[in-house]
Order: sequence, then C-alpha cells, then structure tokens
Amino acid sequence: MDLLTQPVSVSHYLVVGAVLFVCGVVCMATKRNALGVLMGIELVLNGANLNFVAFGSRILRSDSLGMDGQLMALFVIVLAAAEAAVALAIALNFYNNHASIDVDHADDLKG
Amino acid sequence: MMLLAAIQWHTFFFLLFSLLTCGFALAVVFSSNVVRMAFFLTISLGAAAGLFFLAGAEFVGAMQFMIYVGGTLVLLIFGVMLTAHERFISMKTKAGEWVMAAFLGGGLFLLLVRATLMVPQWNAPNLQRDQVAQSEVHDSAAIGAAVSAYRADSLPSSSAPPAAAVPAGKSVYLLPFEIVSVHLLVVLIGAGYLARAKKRNPGNAWQA
Repeated sequence: MDLLTQPVSVSHYLVVGAVLFVCGVVCMATKRNALGVLMGIELVLNGANLNFVAFGSRILRSDSLGMDGQLMALFVIVLAAAEAAVALAIALNFYNNHASIDVDHADDLKG
Repeated sequence: MMLLAAIQWHTFFFLLFSLLTCGFALAVVFSSNVVRMAFFLTISLGAAAGLFFLAGAEFVGAMQFMIYVGGTLVLLIFGVMLTAHERFISMKTKAGEWVMAAFLGGGLFLLLVRATLMVPQWNAPNLQRDQVAQSEVHDSAAIGAAVSAYRADSLPSSSAPPAAAVPAGKSVYLLPFEIVSVHLLVVLIGAGYLARAKKRNPGNAWQA
C-alpha cells in the first residue's frame, strides 16, 4: 500500500524498462522460432524507449532531457518498424528456401 | 475511505499499466506457442503506450499505438500466419538453455535495478509535478518544431521570436529526421526486394 501513496519517480520507469529489456534478451536467447527472436528484439527496443521517455519527462523530473527524450523515442519507433520489415522479409525468404523457421537450421554459412 | 483518499491516482494507473506491460512481457518469454506470443506482445506494447501517456509524452504514446501496435505487430502477425506450419507453432526450448537464460537474465536484471537505485536524483519524485502537468502545453507542435525549426524547450524566454533562436549546441533534429526518412525508404525497397515471389527453377540448386 505504501507504493500507492507515493508519487512516481524516474526509477519506477527505469525498473519497468529493465524488466522489458531482460524479457527481450531472454526471449532472444531461448526462442527457436525466428519470429520469437524478432519479438524479443521488439521488447528490448521498447524497454530502451521507456527509459528515453522517462528521462525526457518533465512530470517525473524537473531537470529532464526535455524534448530530446521524446524525439529519440520516436526515432527508435521508426527504426524498429524498418528493422521488423527487413527481418520479416529475411525470415520469409528463409522459410521459402528451407521450409523451416527454426533458427537452428540456419547453418548454411558454417565456416 | 482514508486509504482511498491517500491513493495517488497517477501512481495507481502507473502500477496498473506497468503490471500489464511486465506481466505480458513475461508471458511472451514463457509461452512456447508463437501465436499466443504475438498476442501477448500486442497487449504488452499497448500498455507501454499507456505508460508513455502517464509520463506526459502523449504524441509518443499515440505513435506507439499507431506504428508499433498497428503496424509493426500486424506485420509480425502476418509473418506468424505465413509460417504457421504445425511443426513451428509450438517449439519447446531445452531445459539447459532455460537454466542458462535464467542465469543471464537474472544477473542482468539485478545489475540494471541496482544501477537504477544507486542514483539519488532518479529516486526522488518531482515535487512540482502538478504545476508542470497543468502548465505544460500538450500538443505535438513542440515536437514538429523541434524536428524542423527550433527547440521550444530551450528558448531563452517564451516571448523571444522563434526565428533564428536556436542556441549553440541545441540544434534541431532536421538532419536525423532526413536520415531516418531515407533509411525507411531504402529499407522498404529492400524488404520488398527480399520478399518478392521468385520463379521456381528446378534446375537451380541454390534454391533447393
């Protein structure tokens, strides 16, 4: 109940961002489906985005980054959309050529 | 009733959205069904948009909904549907890999949280946040101006004319915006090129 009566600070947001980041890293490390790995990347980017917005928020912190945080978050969102388009194209190409979406089967380039 | 009066509603909604975000992010990790993972990710990112709204970044929150939840995730769900073979819907991870991942993830999480709690300025709540929330102009004009002409938050005073009022070292985001635009164009052409339908050639061993 103590948590409910206190105002939110930047570190609250940072902890949520840390949870998203760690979930994304674990997702990238454990999923065998290539699309699952892609979802892990989205979670990592979103955790970083949450930190940018928290540091740029004047409501949470009086000497904040200001507009920088929000603009960086917007750039990250756009780049994540671009990255998802290319990664999905690669995954579909891999599926067409190998009839599989398992990342363990993507070992054609063995040295 | 005393308890109800003492509740900070901003904090209440923050906790609600952060629990949704973190809970469904964990559900993405622990689910092995890729269709369910896509659905959980949708809810998690939608709740993160709510957190953006609560931090005063309404435009970023709306963009999160429109681009991330409405665009990127729909693209991902199309990918899931196009590869939804029975063998690939549910792929189990080996127990040893789970142990390794739990070790790595737990260590990383402890490191991040400890680093967060070590800075006292980040732990102190902003005492003037009610005045800020009321006085701040909540529209996207400031973001548009920061991309194209001037930074509204770093002007010397609010009455100064915006033209040629960019302070040294506080440049606008025109060049990064241009780079991102061209990058997006290149990426979309590249994605279309990669994913185009090829003619099946039985004599071509490269495609076998």
